[in-house]
Amino acid sequence: MLKIEGIQTFYGNIQALHDVSIEINEGEIITLIGANGAGKSTTLMSISGVEQARHGKIIFEGQDITHMDPDKIVQLGIIQVPEGRRIFPFLTVAENLDMGAFLRNNKEEIKRDIDYVYSLFPLLKERRSQAGGTLSGGEQQMLAISRALMAKPKLLLLDEPSLGLAPIIVQQIMNIIKKINTEQKTTIFLVEQNANLALKLADRGYVMETGKVTLNDTAKNLRENDAVKKAYLGI
Amino acid sequence: MDLQYFFELFVGGLTKGSIYALIALGYTMVYGIIKLINFAHGEIYMIGAFTALIIASALSFTGMNPVLIFLISTILAIIFSASYGVTMEKIAYKPLRGSQRLSGLISAIGMSMFLQNYVLLAQTSDFLPFPNLIPEFKFLEPVKSLISPSGFIILVTTAIVMILLTYLIKFTKTGKAMRATSQDPKMSQLLGINISKVITMTFIIGSSTAALGGVLISTHIGQLNFYIGFITGIKAFVAAVLGGIGSIPGAVLGSFVLAWTESFGTGYISSDYEDVFAFLFLIIILIFRPSGILGRPENKKV
Ligand SMILES: Nc1ncnc2c1ncn2[C@@H]1O[C@H](COP(=O)(O)OP(=O)(O)OP(=O)(O)O)[C@@H](O)[C@H]1O
Ligand SMILES: [Mg+2]
Repeated sequence: MLKIEGIQTFYGNIQALHDVSIEINEGEIITLIGANGAGKSTTLMSISGVEQARHGKIIFEGQDITHMDPDKIVQLGIIQVPEGRRIFPFLTVAENLDMGAFLRNNKEEIKRDIDYVYSLFPLLKERRSQAGGTLSGGEQQMLAISRALMAKPKLLLLDEPSLGLAPIIVQQIMNIIKKINTEQKTTIFLVEQNANLALKLADRGYVMETGKVTLNDTAKNLRENDAVKKAYLGI
Repeated sequence: MDLQYFFELFVGGLTKGSIYALIALGYTMVYGIIKLINFAHGEIYMIGAFTALIIASALSFTGMNPVLIFLISTILAIIFSASYGVTMEKIAYKPLRGSQRLSGLISAIGMSMFLQNYVLLAQTSDFLPFPNLIPEFKFLEPVKSLISPSGFIILVTTAIVMILLTYLIKFTKTGKAMRATSQDPKMSQLLGINISKVITMTFIIGSSTAALGGVLISTHIGQLNFYIGFITGIKAFVAAVLGGIGSIPGAVLGSFVLAWTESFGTGYISSDYEDVFAFLFLIIILIFRPSGILGRPENKKV
């Protein structure tokens, strides 16, 4: 479904990604783990077209999207929930969801999807006329995922959804991600520092260090890999 | 206390405040989206007035109904100015997007000087008379001393514009996208909002209302020259800062507060210091509320 072939992405003269290659098949949950500053977010921003790769290629469903504008990429069905959730603080919960459906026009379908996300997160329904900025961290993460779902993603990119949340909320979010994958058939690309969690959920995983992919294997094998255990699982 | 005099000053402030508001909207909306003080915005107002004058003069030879002339020249002035605004953004600001804020500011000042001089050369430095195209309204007879027909048109038009704009910003998809973009442009992109289109839309709206203000005030005062955009532009900018730059209700509130300060200040204290009142008031407000009356403190993202 998505094929990243040897991309190199730069911030000015600083190279953040060195020949990164990743492949994601339809229906999978793929995780990308790595330490701070490894280049995980940059990988997602390259896919979304916000930080375009200088070399290499990104192919989505047979189409070269390396140099496409971000809005065109969203139109194709690749939606990102970025690091830090980035809820519009002065829009209400309902308006934040409306923005998720920005490129869609079918009012009935949109309404149905709003009901669907409210059924996933009933709390959001209660808070629908509250400003996004007044929600707690966990609620904001729920809203961020819901907002992305409103765009009808084929491929959902999640950047550290567990960051800064209480374990019980993290578990709830992970369950929802799994549910989205099975119920909506949405392919998931999950970036995490919490490798333990990510490798439990994912089918396959990639490990990234200082801008390079150093390992890639099934989640099960990665969980049992000594280097991964030592560096990321704290065992 | 002379009540009649008080009301005259009040209505005078209301009229002036409406014009400030029509211009201040553009400053505040553009700032909200691209964090740029568009110093050339006052020139758009001036160009709007000039365009209307040229078209109205041409049409007056046809013997057309003055009201029709007024409508046609206003609409064409708005379209013309809006395309100026959009072109200005594409030429002077878009290439600098992502560079330091100062570059944009300098580009804006350059654009302002360019447009002033361009109109000066293409037209003249003299004041030109603006034809009176507004008819007498019978129902205004009783309050004739308070408000003129053109003043009345200013108030009504501004009210309509404010209502339409509020609806647009609050309830339409475009309006929500504009608010989203001003709060977090990168996130807006990630949801498929085309930032360039939002910016173009912002310049269209801001330039249109400014041009409308230019036409209205020229009809009201009966004359204009290439320099009218400068001082009124600065006043409207002060109004936008006063109300809280980036906030639309703030710009409107700031405009009326400023206009009333000027109106009552000159009426009751001294007419020599009209411009001083504006800036004095700005300084006082900013001491107590650095981000303006309705402004939000810049929210730093983590
Ligand atoms: N806007 C930027 N300008 C310059 N350098 C940047 C920018 N964003 C990221 N970098 C650099 O690129 C490298 C990769 O950063 P990135 O944010 O992709 O890492 P990450 O794996 O997501 O880290 P984290 O787990 O902390 O989120 C880092 O060295 C970082 O300092
Ligand atoms: Mg990151």
